[in-house]
Amino acid sequence: MAFERITQETYYESIIRQGYSRRDFMKFATYIAAYMGLETSMIGQVAKSLESTFRIPVIWEHYQECTCCSESFIRSDHPIVSDIILDKISLDYTLTLMAASGHQAEAAKHATMEKYKGQYILCVEGSVPLGDDGNYCCIAGRSAKDLLLEAAEGAKAIIAWGSCACNGCVQAAYPNPTEATPIHKIIKNKPIIKVPGCPPIGEVMAGIIVHLITFDRLPELDNLGRPKAFYAKRVHDSCYRRPYYDAGLFAETFDDQNAREGYCLYKVGCRGPMTYNSCGTIKWNNGVSFPIQSGHGCIGCSEEEFWDNGPFYERLTGLAGFGIESSADTIGKVAAGVVAGGLAVHAIAANMSKRRELKESIRSGKDTEKHFTE
Amino acid sequence: MTSKNYKRIYVWELPVRIFHWINVLCITVLAATGFIIADPPALLSNREASETFLFGTVRFIHFAAAYIFFFNMILRLYWAFTGNRFANWRAFLPFSRKMRKNFWHVLKIDILLQNEKIHDVKNVSVGHNSVAALSYLALFILALVQVFTGFGLYSANTGWWLPKLFTWVVPLMGGDFIVRTIHHAATWGFILFTLIHVYLVFYHDWLEGRGEVSSMFGGYKFVREERIAKEDIIELKPTQSAGKPAAETAG
Repeated sequence: MAFERITQETYYESIIRQGYSRRDFMKFATYIAAYMGLETSMIGQVAKSLESTFRIPVIWEHYQECTCCSESFIRSDHPIVSDIILDKISLDYTLTLMAASGHQAEAAKHATMEKYKGQYILCVEGSVPLGDDGNYCCIAGRSAKDLLLEAAEGAKAIIAWGSCACNGCVQAAYPNPTEATPIHKIIKNKPIIKVPGCPPIGEVMAGIIVHLITFDRLPELDNLGRPKAFYAKRVHDSCYRRPYYDAGLFAETFDDQNAREGYCLYKVGCRGPMTYNSCGTIKWNNGVSFPIQSGHGCIGCSEEEFWDNGPFYERLTGLAGFGIESSADTIGKVAAGVVAGGLAVHAIAANMSKRRELKESIRSGKDTEKHFTE
Repeated sequence: MTSKNYKRIYVWELPVRIFHWINVLCITVLAATGFIIADPPALLSNREASETFLFGTVRFIHFAAAYIFFFNMILRLYWAFTGNRFANWRAFLPFSRKMRKNFWHVLKIDILLQNEKIHDVKNVSVGHNSVAALSYLALFILALVQVFTGFGLYSANTGWWLPKLFTWVVPLMGGDFIVRTIHHAATWGFILFTLIHVYLVFYHDWLEGRGEVSSMFGGYKFVREERIAKEDIIELKPTQSAGKPAAETAG
């Protein structure tokens, strides 16, 4: 069939066939090794793995998502990144970019699932709606949950691309009408790499795939299942505005002099101190910039429930269940006021209620004073 | 009517008093720096950021005070097993029949301000009364919440194993954001506790005149003579070491 691909081809062979020179290839190996946080001595291993490893079949599923993850990926810095992963090598199935469509596309997926059972990587972009029997997201007449369970069955590992697949993102925000559910809550028996972010950085996505190819195992994950190489540090810890934070110099509003000076955006709601990602180091759009560099605070897109964590432009946000306007401090101040008032009332009431006891002790005290001898 | 006879009784041992005042200092510093960290003041400065470390210093004080608060708490826990009956851990779990009875008594007489018909000296606690004991238990739990969330947030910034022990807190809660919100909101618990605690200490001293306030400085309280004659001041028995009964037999 037309959509059947040449499978016995190494990554290197396909890159060369694509028209890249060996020099380009070595540059790519160096570049991606640096992003993966490897030593320079490891570049050889990356290159060797890409030269000798046959392609890993990849099925890339799209559920409740906006395709920003795919967009981020194909716009990553180095052209080989998208070529190697998306075009030439891996994808047996992806709704957005594959040439085949309809029954042909589904047939290609099933062929891969059967032929490479237990070997293919399942990439999932988007969350899975469980509400209303999964009817909110159907592909080829089947529900997303059904498709996910089927595809995960024979997968070697699952990569959960983006915040949708990792924590539900915007569609899982309160009240979550479709019951959008992240992948790890549905699939329990497969290794899952979480790559949160809305979208994740393209270089991070490529780095994870190359890591799988090079070392034939999952990258080291933290206790939330995210690769440590990219999610071990807060955006805050690598932010170039950090010195302003440590100096206590903050922008009060987005149009004040402090903002113009490039002061820290902490007080206008920057989520950098609570967000684990590589935006401060790898940056976006070929390393051009990242939100904070553009003068906008981090919105914490790679953190769980970032849509529900209050307004993006406020540092102190409301407490769930207490209404939108009430921050922890408002509640605290009211409670402290009520308690202080209550104590004042108590003190007055005590004077009235215990007056006999008080009179008695005053009298007995005075009595003793009379018997006091110099 | 003659004046009542009072005896001086050593209630709060030195380690308890030291713990109390270090705790006071730590909570004050932690709350103050905590609120500055949460909502820093607006500064206008001509100086370069590299020349100042103001916010960094505030955070340093917060972290240093947190460590002192934590180790102070550990020492107090140790003393809960070695100190006198009033410092013992059992005094903070007022769930026995007698202590429950005392709880209702304090609630009626001191909180709801009813007057008792017959004054029973047995109802006057020497150490903590049962309501106070319960409030300290609540404060301890609140302190644990702050320790776990605080070190949980801090663990990503450090290489030391101790705060690293709390790394699991953040993933358990879902992320830094919610952990920080809990850490921030719980501070108000300390403020409310302090208000009530200080008021009630003054209230007891003012009404009973037994040196409630000064007892946390000198360690002594005044107790009616009859109260001491009754053996069961509080149903706690002084902790006995294993070797003691043998010595008694020998004697």
